[in-house]
Amino acid sequence: MNDKTSIVDVGVVAGTPAEAPGRVRTQIKKAPWWLWAGALAVLAPVSIAIGTLFLRAFGASSTVLDTLFTTRTLRLTGRSFLLTALVTVSAVTIGVAGAWILTRTDLRLKAVWAIAFALPLVIPSYVIAMTLISSGGPRGLFADLIGVPLPRVTGLVGAWITLTLSTYPYVFLITSAAMHRTDPSLEEAARSLGSTPTRVFRTIVVPQLRPAMGAGALLVALYTLSDFGSVSLMRLDVFTRVIYAQYSGRIDRTPAIVLSIVLMLIAGVIIWGEQRTRGKGAYFSQKPTRPPSVYRLSALKRLGAIAFLVLAVGLGAALPILVLSGWALQSVSAGEGFFVSWPAVQGSLTGATLAAIVAMAAAVPIVVLGVRYTSRKTVWLERSAFFVFSLPHLTIAIAVVAFTVKYARPVYQSLLVLVVVYAAIFLAQVTGPARASLLQVNPALEEASRSLGKGTFATLMSVTVPMISKGLLAGGALVFVTTLKELPATLLLSPTGFTTLAVRIWAAADEALYARAASSALILIAVSVLPVYYLSIKPKDVVDR
Amino acid sequence: MQRLSILVLLIALVATACSTGGSNDSLTVYSGRSEDLVQPLIDRFVEETGIKVTVRYAGSADLAATILEEGDSSPADLFFAQDPASLGTIALAGLFSELPSSITDMVPARFSDTDNRWVGTSGRARVVVYDGSKVDPSDLPRTEDGFTDPRWAGRTGIAPTNGSFLAFVAAKILSDGQDATLVWLQGMAANSSPTYSKNSPIVAAVNAGEIETGLVNHYYLLRALAQNPDEVGRNHFFTVPTAGSLVMPAGVGILRSSGNQEAAQKFVEFMLGDIAQTYFAEETFEYPLVPGVPANELLPPIDTIPTPDIDLSDLATVLDLATDLVAEAGLI
Repeated sequence: MNDKTSIVDVGVVAGTPAEAPGRVRTQIKKAPWWLWAGALAVLAPVSIAIGTLFLRAFGASSTVLDTLFTTRTLRLTGRSFLLTALVTVSAVTIGVAGAWILTRTDLRLKAVWAIAFALPLVIPSYVIAMTLISSGGPRGLFADLIGVPLPRVTGLVGAWITLTLSTYPYVFLITSAAMHRTDPSLEEAARSLGSTPTRVFRTIVVPQLRPAMGAGALLVALYTLSDFGSVSLMRLDVFTRVIYAQYSGRIDRTPAIVLSIVLMLIAGVIIWGEQRTRGKGAYFSQKPTRPPSVYRLSALKRLGAIAFLVLAVGLGAALPILVLSGWALQSVSAGEGFFVSWPAVQGSLTGATLAAIVAMAAAVPIVVLGVRYTSRKTVWLERSAFFVFSLPHLTIAIAVVAFTVKYARPVYQSLLVLVVVYAAIFLAQVTGPARASLLQVNPALEEASRSLGKGTFATLMSVTVPMISKGLLAGGALVFVTTLKELPATLLLSPTGFTTLAVRIWAAADEALYARAASSALILIAVSVLPVYYLSIKPKDVVDR
Repeated sequence: MQRLSILVLLIALVATACSTGGSNDSLTVYSGRSEDLVQPLIDRFVEETGIKVTVRYAGSADLAATILEEGDSSPADLFFAQDPASLGTIALAGLFSELPSSITDMVPARFSDTDNRWVGTSGRARVVVYDGSKVDPSDLPRTEDGFTDPRWAGRTGIAPTNGSFLAFVAAKILSDGQDATLVWLQGMAANSSPTYSKNSPIVAAVNAGEIETGLVNHYYLLRALAQNPDEVGRNHFFTVPTAGSLVMPAGVGILRSSGNQEAAQKFVEFMLGDIAQTYFAEETFEYPLVPGVPANELLPPIDTIPTPDIDLSDLATVLDLATDLVAEAGLI
């Protein structure tokens, strides 16, 4: 019923397609061919491109071995795992703590806090990194402002802070939605039997939240592993940065390709690990019929809770926006003007809008197949959408460049390829909420339409699609926002002469021309705010219900 | 169903429409030089000639690899690169057409390909940028080799994945040999030299007081000083011939596969003309290569910079080796 919490469902896609179908299983019928054609139109080309990457790597076996079996690759793997683990633990901790404070305590203005707390979602990680870097240091912003030079955060610590700030909102949104769905009676029973709040949290709340936390942790881990922009600015040599260095610094691309494959395998290991550790236990509860009784905070704890929220929002959203505004003002007062690149604005909007439309169009046949024509094949179809979603964009882009230049020259470097790749990468963000919507549509409605003489296609367009439109649009909005921020695929696959805000921010930040990046970053954030607000942070949905 | 097949057809049509195109009066340039630096100049070219130009910006080596993969049917008409190694790669693959000597004779022979397949457009010297408020220039080592001394540990910024740095490493391989170069890189790694993605962040870090020295191209500091004369950074030119003081040209070549050789040649001529050479001297603070156009007065004359005796056309042969050594030393 709540298809606004689309991010939640992305996490759910991770493991459930295998089990979830069957619930609405109608009699087995053969799916029309065009449904399959539509479902594969976006996923198949990208999957094939990724497949040929493997072929190409194993074609050059000696270089492969040289690249793979070095202590350097081992160190790289270790560093990537370390960063992923650190970020996952801290983002889950902050996200869950925030969700608990904002759903279960008597803090005032929870609705407003909930919006603020999720705000870092609209700020690209490389923008957070850029503002952190430039405000520290002996002659950084803080040194100028308060005369006390803060240490400049870079490297592992810098990347850790940056990625924690940009990923905890995902955990927050997923777990707070789950908290709303859990029945408070268990917690109340435990409390009335004399359990301390900490004990209730540990023994009742956390186990019930286990699936949501697992989904959130998986999302954070995969995000961290594939993040390219912020680790590069923080100068931390993890896989993505090294792959890009090999890709852009060398003539022979084999080492970059081999490292890409290792990175994909690591992503696979993380997904597998999450599936394995997922508890077998199930927690059944009625849909809560009344709001949970709130936990009363003492004055001291209230202060602590507020300090916690302020720190997270301050570093993750307020600081970046203030620093960016400061720079923008500075360049205006220096007579350089508010530096707006219209082609970049246009490119960003074009790319993101087309990506959202194509992803929504491709999601319809996938969820219809998955829900109405469930079979082993459709389970694989939905899994492959999630798998592509979980792969680092840099590696997908490298695969698609290598594939199109060899086998698809007519569309090489075309906008079509860029949009299809965007749509494939973010498809799972639409299939999640769309699937949830479709599960609630009674198949009898569609059968009625068909029995009244409408064809299958006409029924799909006039009955099914309108009924799942809310889920589709929620997913589409999410695709729009994530495409706006997307960096590595845009860098590698853009048509010649095509540019986006993300690319302009990156190019300027990479040259340490932070002031020049500021105006583009502000525009990007402004454009993202509305869809994100529509998406998930409706205070009514998250807080009051 | 019919509607669907019509849709598929339409998509295919749009796709081909997107990818083809390219009439006689338009050029596609692959530029390894950054948009900030050269787009204003390219806009001038469009203004002067009415020839439309679309530019693909990326790293020089990245674009060289792209052109190699595209082979005979590259969409690019011209390759505008920031280092001779990337240009040499395309020249070695036989993908450049030969430039007329009327063009290549405009710049000194040492800044062009020996077989006239590319021509240098502007010169950039490798220098040491140092914090003038903390470092006395007489304390700086005589060559880059001195920076592996433990007393410089953690104080010297390098950009090991950057095209200019890799070209410098390639030059060092040619002048000092592979083993000595690896030892030097390992020494820089052992000194925990802070690594950056590009030259400009190194200069910014010196100006911000974060590091004291850095190995960069000469013009980034001049750009920073032009914006803020109070910056503390200063350039130091080595006084003995060494790879660390090499003057390397950025340059351009015309792809053999271009169906637009005439317009492409105009582009090359424009880059060697007064407008462009003056732009390089005054806006990007590089060395103009065509005699008669003066360089920025803060710079020592280009002929007074001691350079090692290597042929820039050979850099391409050791470019990948340079990346391998950088990786072997653990710098990436």
